[in-house]
Amino acid sequence: MFRRIEPSAPEGGPALTFEGREIVFYPGDSLAAALLAAGIGALRQSPVDASPRAPYCMMGVCFECLVEIDGRQNQQACLTPAHDGMVVRRQIGARQLP
Amino acid sequence: MTGSGYDLVVVGGGLIGAAIAWGASRAGASVALLDEGDVAHRASRGNFGLIWLQGKGVGKPAYMHWSLRAGRLWKNLAEELGAATGLDIGWRPAGGLHFCFSEAELEKRRDILARTHADGGEISMQFLDRTALRDLVPGIGPDVAGASFSPEDSHVSPLYLLRALQRALQDGGGSYRPGTTVTDIRPEASGFAVATPAGPVRGRRIVLAAGLGSARLAPQLGLSMPVEPERGQIVVTERVRPCFPYAANCLRQTAEGSFLFGSSHEEVGFDEGTQVATAADLCATALRVLPGLDSAGVVRFWGSLRVMTPDGLPIYEESSRYPGAFAATCHSGVTLASVHAFDIGPAVAAGTLPAAVASFGSGRFDVQAD
Ligand SMILES: Cc1cc2nc3c(=O)[nH]c(=O)nc-3n(C[C@H](O)[C@H](O)[C@H](O)COP(=O)(O)OP(=O)(O)OC[C@H]3O[C@@H](n4cnc5c(N)ncnc54)[C@H](O)[C@@H]3O)c2cc1C
Ligand code: FES
Repeated sequence: MFRRIEPSAPEGGPALTFEGREIVFYPGDSLAAALLAAGIGALRQSPVDASPRAPYCMMGVCFECLVEIDGRQNQQACLTPAHDGMVVRRQIGARQLP
Repeated sequence: MTGSGYDLVVVGGGLIGAAIAWGASRAGASVALLDEGDVAHRASRGNFGLIWLQGKGVGKPAYMHWSLRAGRLWKNLAEELGAATGLDIGWRPAGGLHFCFSEAELEKRRDILARTHADGGEISMQFLDRTALRDLVPGIGPDVAGASFSPEDSHVSPLYLLRALQRALQDGGGSYRPGTTVTDIRPEASGFAVATPAGPVRGRRIVLAAGLGSARLAPQLGLSMPVEPERGQIVVTERVRPCFPYAANCLRQTAEGSFLFGSSHEEVGFDEGTQVATAADLCATALRVLPGLDSAGVVRFWGSLRVMTPDGLPIYEESSRYPGAFAATCHSGVTLASVHAFDIGPAVAAGTLPAAVASFGSGRFDVQAD
């Protein structure tokens, strides 16, 4: 769906995992950009109707990009810089309070 | 629409105007609903969403009975709107909790119930001490002494409610016109002509329900709407799993999962701004009730203006100078949406007001000469 203007992020560079799959990215990518560039659209499942949702505004206002990062739920992927070794999962439904 | 225009033109498309317009249309009238837009102050888009009956109208029996009637008709409103539009308006009839942090506060609630009953108000209300309350709400904080609970209180998404009223009006053949600022209203031989940027809209009868905008327009119809703004601020959290189904005096969880903390009461004129100090107070109270919310993220925070009359009671009146011209306002337009739809709408379309609201004319504010 999305194509990088620059060449694809090189193998062997920084990488994170999304649902167990390894995603390489450029330093400075937001998490949402890194996932979109890897062809991953559906980052979460809506708590209202369980439909799949993709990042939309890419600037922190729509909350469509929620994911679980290193065990923390409801994190906005578009506002979070991608980091080497991040463990990212889909946000399924609403967050569970501790 | 007849030759002289609509049967009824409603000026103001907030919850009050939309409920009246749909109610009139549902009763067979041809209706146009005109609404200004986001430049207007719009309480219906910034409120807390409670249908709150416990303690309402204490010492003011007419208002109390009107509110209790509204509460009882809410089930019909929710069901009918749901069936007509297919929209889920998020109505949750789980009952309402007023949390108390001291024995003295609980005593005040008991007094309110006694006075409600003394005025003939049939509301069911229970008092829960800490232990009983903990059965209902396991996560209750250590500061909470107890709560009054009424199964008749409920809550709703005010935005979906407004949307459903608009859609039901349109599906029933009514005309909803957003972005239509009414600048002038002129009585004519057989009705009223309403000036808008898109040209005049004519109606046999008219209802002014423009919230804070009514103050300016009312005198053109020989009516008086002495309304003033009162700001309320509301804090909104991220969506979390449903864990609190009730309405409550300081918080509620929406159908989608967000918690709302609110609302403040401030006299700051037409300022819709927000203040950190107020947010801190609202959050602190919410956390005294449910400490488990402390890690919830805040995603929004807004201020919105209530539409207040001098004595806090509604105004419903017909112009004596121009019969067929009506005005309506109140400070609990969510709670009263059912009676606005089922009682006021059909009545004004027929050119009258229900007997139950006879005491709510603005004449009560006129100074009596000795
Ligand atoms: C913070 C807060 C919390 C609240 N909580 C609750 C609650 O829990 N329960 C409850 O029952 N009530 C609550 N309320 C009150 C409730 O929101 C109001 O009673 C209700 O929204 C009033 O509806 P309205 O249609 O009169 O007003 P508004 O929503 O203000 O509507 C007036 C409309 O008139 C339009 N208008 C104005 N001037 C013109 C013009 N010249 N031409 C055309 N259109 C015009 C505007 O565009 C606007 O849409 C709360 C209010 C606030 C602010
Ligand atoms: S994409 Fe809109 S908040 Fe992240």
